[in-house]
Amino acid sequence: MPVKRADKTPMPVRLPEERAHDFGEVNEGYALERAMFEAERCLRCQDPVCVEGCPVRIPISDFIHEVAAGDLVAAARILRTANPLPAICGRVCPQETQCEERCVMGGRFRPVAIGHLERFVADQERARGISTTAERTHSEKVAVIGAGPAGLVCAGELARMGYGVTVYEGLHAPGGVLRYGIPEFRLPKAILDHEIAVLQAMGVEIVCDVIVGRTLPLDRLFEMGYAAVFVGTGAGLPQFLGIPGEDLNGVMSANEFLTRVNLMKGYTFPEADTPVKIGKRVAVVGAGNTAMDAVRTALRLGAEEATIVYRRSDKEMTARVEEHEHAIQEGVVFDWLTSPIEVVGDETGWVTGLRCQKMRLGEPDASGRARPVPIPGSEHVIPVDTVIVAIGTSPNPLLVRTTKGLQTDRHGCLVANEATGLTSKPLVFAGGDAVTGTATVILAAGAGKRAAHAIAEALSPAA
Amino acid sequence: MAKILSTRQLTPITKLFVVDAPLVAEAARPGQFVILRVREGGERIPVTIADYDRAARTIAIVVQEVGVTTRLVNRLGAGDDILDVVGPLGTPVEIPAGGHVVGVGGGFGAAALLCLMRELTARGDRTTSLLGARTKELLILVDELRAVSTNVELCTDDGSAGHHGLVTGRLAELIAGQGPGRPDHVIAIGPEVMMRAVAEATRPERIHTLVSMDPLMIDGTGMCGGCRVIVGGESKFACVDGPCFDAHQVDFTVAMRRGKAYAAEEKLAAERLAAAGGR
Repeated sequence: MPVKRADKTPMPVRLPEERAHDFGEVNEGYALERAMFEAERCLRCQDPVCVEGCPVRIPISDFIHEVAAGDLVAAARILRTANPLPAICGRVCPQETQCEERCVMGGRFRPVAIGHLERFVADQERARGISTTAERTHSEKVAVIGAGPAGLVCAGELARMGYGVTVYEGLHAPGGVLRYGIPEFRLPKAILDHEIAVLQAMGVEIVCDVIVGRTLPLDRLFEMGYAAVFVGTGAGLPQFLGIPGEDLNGVMSANEFLTRVNLMKGYTFPEADTPVKIGKRVAVVGAGNTAMDAVRTALRLGAEEATIVYRRSDKEMTARVEEHEHAIQEGVVFDWLTSPIEVVGDETGWVTGLRCQKMRLGEPDASGRARPVPIPGSEHVIPVDTVIVAIGTSPNPLLVRTTKGLQTDRHGCLVANEATGLTSKPLVFAGGDAVTGTATVILAAGAGKRAAHAIAEALSPAA
Repeated sequence: MAKILSTRQLTPITKLFVVDAPLVAEAARPGQFVILRVREGGERIPVTIADYDRAARTIAIVVQEVGVTTRLVNRLGAGDDILDVVGPLGTPVEIPAGGHVVGVGGGFGAAALLCLMRELTARGDRTTSLLGARTKELLILVDELRAVSTNVELCTDDGSAGHHGLVTGRLAELIAGQGPGRPDHVIAIGPEVMMRAVAEATRPERIHTLVSMDPLMIDGTGMCGGCRVIVGGESKFACVDGPCFDAHQVDFTVAMRRGKAYAAEEKLAAERLAAAGGR
C-alpha cells in the first residue's frame, strides 16, 4: 500500500566544498532502503499521468511498484523495454518539467522522485552485469547516423525489435553530447560505456571515425544494403555572440571547452595530450544546462571565480533546477540581467575582461519569455581571463550540404514528421536536436524511439 | 584504426606515410584533410591529405614533427596502426579551369600540392609548383611534383638548390613575366609567415590567391569553433568553411596569435615526452 509522506526522500549528495574540486559524481545515488522508502510514496494511480510526461513512455508506476516490492530485476526489465538508456536518463533528465511535474503527489506534496528511482534501478542492474539480449528476427538492416542519445535509443529499439543496426559515429568514441558535452561529475563515462555495451550485446554495431556526408555519402548507405536510415546528428554547431573581441585568445565556445575536458580528458593534462586552460576568473555566457556544466567544470579546473553572465533572470534560465542548485552550492556567481557587449583584451591578444550592460525585463518576445532591455549608463567590465560562450548550438549543416533531398527549415533544422521522424527523403528518418535544435537528452531519446517504431512499420508493415 | 602500408623519411623531421584508408581514399579531393589520433588520451590533429589512390584504396600524408602528437606519429612505421583516421574533412579547393596555377609550397607544405597539381594538370591547366625551403635537403617530393606539374621552380634560403632566396622573390619575378610567367591563380600552403607574404605579393596585382590555413582544431567537423579564422571581417570555421580561404581576406595577425594560444602547454608536453625517452 502507498504510504503518504509529503517529502521526497533526499538524494545523497557529496559535500560542495569537497566535490567542487574534483570530477567525481556529485549525486551518490539511493541505497536499497532509501529507494524502497521512496517507492512506497507512489500512489499507483489508475490513470498514471506521469507517463504522459515521459517522452519514452516508461511504465513508471509499474517499475516503481517492483522497487517497493524489492524486485529489482523485474523493475529493470520494465525500464529497459521502454528506455535503452535508463542510467543516463535517471541522471540528466529534467524530471521537474516532465514525469515529476505530472505526478499526482505533487499536487499537495512533493512528487515521487521518479528520476532518482530510475537511476537506482539502472545502477543496480549495472552491478549485476549485462543480461539484456535481443534476437535478430528481421533480415533488414538500418543505418543510424550519429551515436548520440537519439541515435543510440533508435538503435537500441530497432535491435530489440529484431533488426540489424549499424551506428556510424564521426568522433572516435560513441555517445555524442553524452561523451563530449556532459561532464564526468554529472554523468560518469563508465556509465555511458556500460549503456553502450548493453546495446552492443543486443547486436548493435557501432562504427566510429565515419562522418556520413564526408567519409560516405548518405545515399551510399542504401547501396550498401541498409533498408532505412535514421539521422541523429544533433545540434553541434556552436553559436557565438557576434560581439567585438570574440577572436581574442581565451574566448571559446562551451562545446570547445567541454570537448577539451570531457572527450579529450583535458582535465588530466599533461597525462592526456589535449590541454585546457581557464586562468583565475571565468565568465560563462548563457544559463542553460551546457552553461552550468561549463561553469562548474571551470571551478573544478581551479578557477577562483566562475560567473554565469545571462541577459535575462533566473526565472527564464533553461537549466535543470538541480544543476542550478548544485552550482549555487559550489560557489558559482550569477550575474543575472547582464548582457555582454564586448570582450576586452590586452596588447598580447589575451582576454582581460568582459564589458557588459545591465538589462531590465520588458514585454514577452517570440519565445514567450520577457525581452531583456538595456539600462542606459550601466556599462561595466567584469575582469576575467576566460570567456566561455554557451548561448546555444544549431544543427551541423555538413550532412545536409552533401545530401540531395533533405529539407531543412530556416534555422537549419531537418524537416521531419513529428510522429514518425520521416524526412523529405524516402526511408530517411530523423530525430533529436538535428530536428528540434538544442533540446534535451530525453526529447532526443523519445524521437529516436518513435522513429525506430516508424522504421519498423515502414520495413515490415503489420498485417 | 588504419594500417600504415609504407613510410619514407623525407627530412630528419618529416615523414611520408601511405595509409590503408579505403573510404577516405574514395571520397578525398584536393585541399581536404584528415584528423588523426595516435594513442588513448591522445590529441586529435589535422593533417592535409597529400595524395590519394582510389584503386589502391590508400591515402598519403606527410607529417612534420612540431609537437607531441606529430613526434608520436613519426615513430610509427609500416605495419603499425594509426589509432584513428577520420576524413576527408574540409571543403575541397575550387580553382577555375584553364589558367596558369602557381602552387607555392613552403617546407613540408609542398606535400599538400601533390594531388592538387595532378588534378589541375590532368584537366588541362598550366601548373607551376614553386617550392621553397631553408636548404636543399629540406625540399621534399620534388620529383613527384615534377611528374604532375607543367613546371617546377625551386628556391632555397641558402642558394643550395634553385633560386637563391624566398619563394615570394621568385613569385614576384613570375608575376613580372619571367620563367613560366604570370599566374592567373596562386595557392600557397606552408608556414603562416610565408602565406602572408604570398598574399602581400599578389594583392597589388589582384591575382586570385588561396591559402590553406592550419589552425588548432579538436573535432574537425564544425563542433567546437576552436579553428576560427577571420576572413573578410567574418569568423569562419577552417574545418568546414576552409581550410582554403581567399588569401587577401584572411587576418593573419589574428591567426598567428590564436595559433600560439597553447604554446606554454605545448612546450610542457614536449618536455615531458622528451623526459619519457622520446625526442
